[in-house]
Amino acid sequence: MADTAHISEMEDRKFTLNFGPQHPAAHGVLRMILDLDGEVVTRVDSHIGLLHRGTEKLLEYKTFLQGMPYFDRLDYCSPMNQEHAWCLAIEKLLGVDVPRRASLIRVLYSELGRIMSHLLNVTTQILDVGALTPITWGFEEREKLCVFYERASGSRMHAAYFRPGGVHQDLPQNLIDDIAEWCDQFPGKLDQIESLVTENRIFKQRNVDIGLVDEKTIMEWGFSGVMVRGSGFAWDLRRSQPYECYSELDFKIPVGRNGDNYDRYVCRMEEMRESVKIMQQCIDLMSKEGPGPVLVPGSKLAPPRRAEMKNSMEALIHHFKLYTEGFHVPEGETYVAIEAPKGEFGVYLVSDGTNRPYRAKIRAPGYPHLQAMDHLSKGHMLADVSAILGSLDIVFGEIDR
Amino acid sequence: MMTTEAIEALRELGIHIATRQPDAVKSADVILGELTVLAERDHIVSLLRFLRDDQQCNFETFIDVCGVDYPERTERFEVVYHLLSMRMNHRVRVRISTDEDTPVPSVVGLWPAANWFEREAFDMYGIQFSDHPDLRRILTDYGFEGYPLRKDFPLTGHYEVRYDDLEKRVVYEPVELPQEYRNFDFLSPWEGMTSHIPGDEKAEEPSE
Repeated sequence: MADTAHISEMEDRKFTLNFGPQHPAAHGVLRMILDLDGEVVTRVDSHIGLLHRGTEKLLEYKTFLQGMPYFDRLDYCSPMNQEHAWCLAIEKLLGVDVPRRASLIRVLYSELGRIMSHLLNVTTQILDVGALTPITWGFEEREKLCVFYERASGSRMHAAYFRPGGVHQDLPQNLIDDIAEWCDQFPGKLDQIESLVTENRIFKQRNVDIGLVDEKTIMEWGFSGVMVRGSGFAWDLRRSQPYECYSELDFKIPVGRNGDNYDRYVCRMEEMRESVKIMQQCIDLMSKEGPGPVLVPGSKLAPPRRAEMKNSMEALIHHFKLYTEGFHVPEGETYVAIEAPKGEFGVYLVSDGTNRPYRAKIRAPGYPHLQAMDHLSKGHMLADVSAILGSLDIVFGEIDR
Repeated sequence: MMTTEAIEALRELGIHIATRQPDAVKSADVILGELTVLAERDHIVSLLRFLRDDQQCNFETFIDVCGVDYPERTERFEVVYHLLSMRMNHRVRVRISTDEDTPVPSVVGLWPAANWFEREAFDMYGIQFSDHPDLRRILTDYGFEGYPLRKDFPLTGHYEVRYDDLEKRVVYEPVELPQEYRNFDFLSPWEGMTSHIPGDEKAEEPSE
């Protein structure tokens, strides 16, 4: 009698839990169906696509320039990094080289975006495991970065600032000075956050040895970015397959040792410090090299100057054609990847020689990372699911596209 | 951006792949500094296994699978694989073609990461993958019909969704556009101009 009661109790332990789609720890609209054995996770079935907007379909119906703002809306934590991949893909097919100053501005704002993304991810991951304060400190700094976005492009988030052939407008000197000033004080703010979190007993209990990623997992599940570096592999596209002017900049690639949630947190914190160094180098180079064009001069990619259009018929026609028909991209295909804050963000672009892309496939880093949720969470406790999800750095804009 | 040595190394790698896998490889070219291998559909699993395990190739990291639609071809879909080798620091693209009915052998057995990417290609194009453990739709709505990224699928879709206040639920209705979707053809007629201008022949005509 007692035995049967025991068995039925064991069977009762198995149940299925629906997580999301509206859950603050889901970092967006993720629905997960969790099979549990007591408190231990046995299977995770992620249902994605709740934020699917058909970006790839829309891109096929827009000119190359009109398609660019869709990239802001993918990973909305670091919009300009996404634009960067799109612009690089177009430039590769066109065979265009970006002017020096535009390249420096792009790197400056890419690193700014990396800090924005990491600040959001790190502090929300800390929030997911219970600490309320760091997010308020992190977002104070993030807000300042949003203002830098706004001062460069006119928009806090959806910047549409990187353009094929360069960037839209030059930066005013006082903005560059303000960014330089911000760079000096930011590492101090990071120290403050670290003093609360890094050696915190509760934070360590929730993150050390949770969500272990080993070499086999990295290769089999297509990981990239911090998910690789957290396990001790110094793989960074900025170093290994450099684009823009990364090859001449001096920065370190922080790597973890154990590949758990905690190491990934430490990696992201260190990466922010390295990003600040890159930004300072860009600012120094910009002031040393002085002003210059920020869009390929004299090309069909750059709109003519307003004053020129008042007097020149050709300039007016050119302006009209650029913003209606757009430019034509030669037939061909290319895959261009950048080191986005979340990992390898790639664009596979097929052009048929017209003014619109024939096919544009967006390879988002979060997609394979989230796919591995089942693999990573198996055998962990229910409470670890949200900790692992936080450390994967998931944003649904880019996963659902 | 790429040095000539790097391009030469990729070209040699392409020759290496083509000689070691003669059944599977139709051609291997380096265009824009990227190695593209055209392959046979039926041999795709053995080719990708070779690319993963061969010491010279070492493409261990799975990057992407996606479909491309060319409705005018007899085999209308292309399936494009992207692989990366972190050790050797190079990439490869493998392309095969298929149609609506012919399944492509799944590579989930080689890389579990291919699972969601193949599901997405199935969801968006209706490309069938044989031996896939779980070929469900992934990005579209529950109960969605049709394959949205095919070139013959309209941009607006077939159904629109709204919340009905009387029925107190979300309802699906056929798309009704208050104004026809405007798809301008901006392709300039001037692009097609030849050196010969109509009317030029009159100058050649002998005067009467």
